[in-house]
Amino acid sequence: MGTYLTAFLVGGLICVIGQLLLDLTPLTPAHVLSLMVVAGGVLSGLGLYEPLVQFAGAGATVPISSFGDALVKGAVREAERTGVIGVLTGMFKLTSSGITAAIIFGFFTALVFKPKG
Amino acid sequence: MKKKGQTLFFETPPRVRGAAAVVGPKEGLGPFGADFDLVYKDVRAGENSFERGERRMFLEAAKLAMDKAGVSDLKVDFLLAGDLLNQIISSGFVARELNIPYLGLYGACSTFGEAVVLGSVLVDGGFARTVLGVTGSHNCGAERQYRYPTEYGVQRPGTAQWTATGAGAVVLGLEGEIMVRAVTVGKVHDLGVKDPFNMGTAMAPAAADTIFQHFQDTGRDVSEVDLIATGDLGMVGKEVNVSLLERQGLDIAGRYLDCGVMLYYSHQKVDAGGSGCGCAAVVTIAHLFKRLREGDLRRILVVPTGALHSPTSYLQGDSIPCIAHAVLFEAV
Amino acid sequence: MKSHAELEKIQAEEKISEYKGIYGPKQPKPPLAKNVFYAFVIGGLICVLGQLIKNAFIRFGFEPEQAGNPTVATIIFLGSLATGLGVFDNLARLAGAGTAVPVTGFANAVTAAAMEFRREGLVLGVGGKMFSLAGSVIVFGVVTAFVVGLISALF
Repeated sequence: MGTYLTAFLVGGLICVIGQLLLDLTPLTPAHVLSLMVVAGGVLSGLGLYEPLVQFAGAGATVPISSFGDALVKGAVREAERTGVIGVLTGMFKLTSSGITAAIIFGFFTALVFKPKG
Repeated sequence: MKKKGQTLFFETPPRVRGAAAVVGPKEGLGPFGADFDLVYKDVRAGENSFERGERRMFLEAAKLAMDKAGVSDLKVDFLLAGDLLNQIISSGFVARELNIPYLGLYGACSTFGEAVVLGSVLVDGGFARTVLGVTGSHNCGAERQYRYPTEYGVQRPGTAQWTATGAGAVVLGLEGEIMVRAVTVGKVHDLGVKDPFNMGTAMAPAAADTIFQHFQDTGRDVSEVDLIATGDLGMVGKEVNVSLLERQGLDIAGRYLDCGVMLYYSHQKVDAGGSGCGCAAVVTIAHLFKRLREGDLRRILVVPTGALHSPTSYLQGDSIPCIAHAVLFEAV
Repeated sequence: MKSHAELEKIQAEEKISEYKGIYGPKQPKPPLAKNVFYAFVIGGLICVLGQLIKNAFIRFGFEPEQAGNPTVATIIFLGSLATGLGVFDNLARLAGAGTAVPVTGFANAVTAAAMEFRREGLVLGVGGKMFSLAGSVIVFGVVTAFVVGLISALF
């Protein structure tokens, strides 16, 4: 798995790609992030995301692109196990912790804190 | 009252009997902090939501203006009010609190101009002795509705503007030290700008056209007006406005300011400047009226500018239609 | 011979491009070098933090494969907390994509929306609008994974 240096460099570079898209195109952050998730998914399908994870560790798993990779991995692995229906049943297996965490922490934070404006 | 082109001339010019500007904390820290009638330290003005805070500011501004004018709400003939929130709820709810027949307005950030135009017509036309005009905006309420939740972490482009938190109220009547000499009603212009983070550029053509029309209708030279102040073109739109007017043969450099640029210090991080219905209102009332009263300025043209888009229209790919009205204020 | 309507349309388009020529040069450019620098450094540092957290979980006994889940959850917790405390948006103004691209951005989008719409109630405000900003990431991720998954499963 990656080192701190490769995590910093690869993670930083993926963010740079995002920043360039934000500053040089009319894309909004929501557009850029959606694009990155799709890119992560496509690279995963081509077998190219896993080597990146091996090389950069958190530098590849912390950016939102890894969400696309995790969804694809979940779908593909389950499909290998149980057939085509696995694409539906397995998709959220690897990402459920992220979505669950976001909902739980988002919900409780909204209960406790008010927007500062 | 006569009319030429888009401009109305008042034979018995309505006077500003009283006016008040109430703002939020950020505006209070700006250049005019000491001139505002009331500065709230809490952006919600003690209420439990941004929207209710906006209503509170409207109500306080209205009450202070009427106090200064020496009238109670029972003596005011009409209330003209507008704001940026959906269904102009701040205005409707404030009208509920005041015992005044109410006409709701929507001109986006040009509402202050619209209110003075219509209020002046009512007074000069003999339909009213006293008219109260109120408008304002709230940064968080506007962001929440038009753009993003306030804690969302996103960078804003240099052309973005900061919706001002504040309300301005003006009582028009038959006595006062400042008069409304003439008003020019603007037409809607749209030159294809689609980016709601670049409203100054979208609104500049409307401002330039209304200013040009005003001078054409009045037959005056630019030098006869001490100051032209647009509402919220911001630093970017301001420059475009000057260029557009130059091309039409009007040179306003040297006597031109923008309320959005004036309202904040540059270190307050407001990108291209302030915006919102409240911007033109509070700067005019707290600062420009003061300069008129003190004799520093004699005749000014205030041109509030508005962008008439909605969150839906721009998502559907529409460009932003804009409008600007001009009000000629003169010291008596 | 063009109709009146067509001529008007051409005139309108000409006006629009003429206006672009006037305002184009006056538009401020984003400080690209500064933005890219901070996006790189802060984004990179968040990933390093992620690596630190993951290694800590491994030391606590998680298998490397399993340690990814609590790591992501921890980063999301930190992003949510920073949003609740009102400091995330200040950092994001500087970092841009540096805070938006890591999963902290996802946490911020969900939390900011939840906080903002709380005023409209827990069910319709918080519950109904929590994903108004972040939902597209989930939707497009799922659609992509479905297509990729199908292709991979069928071939």
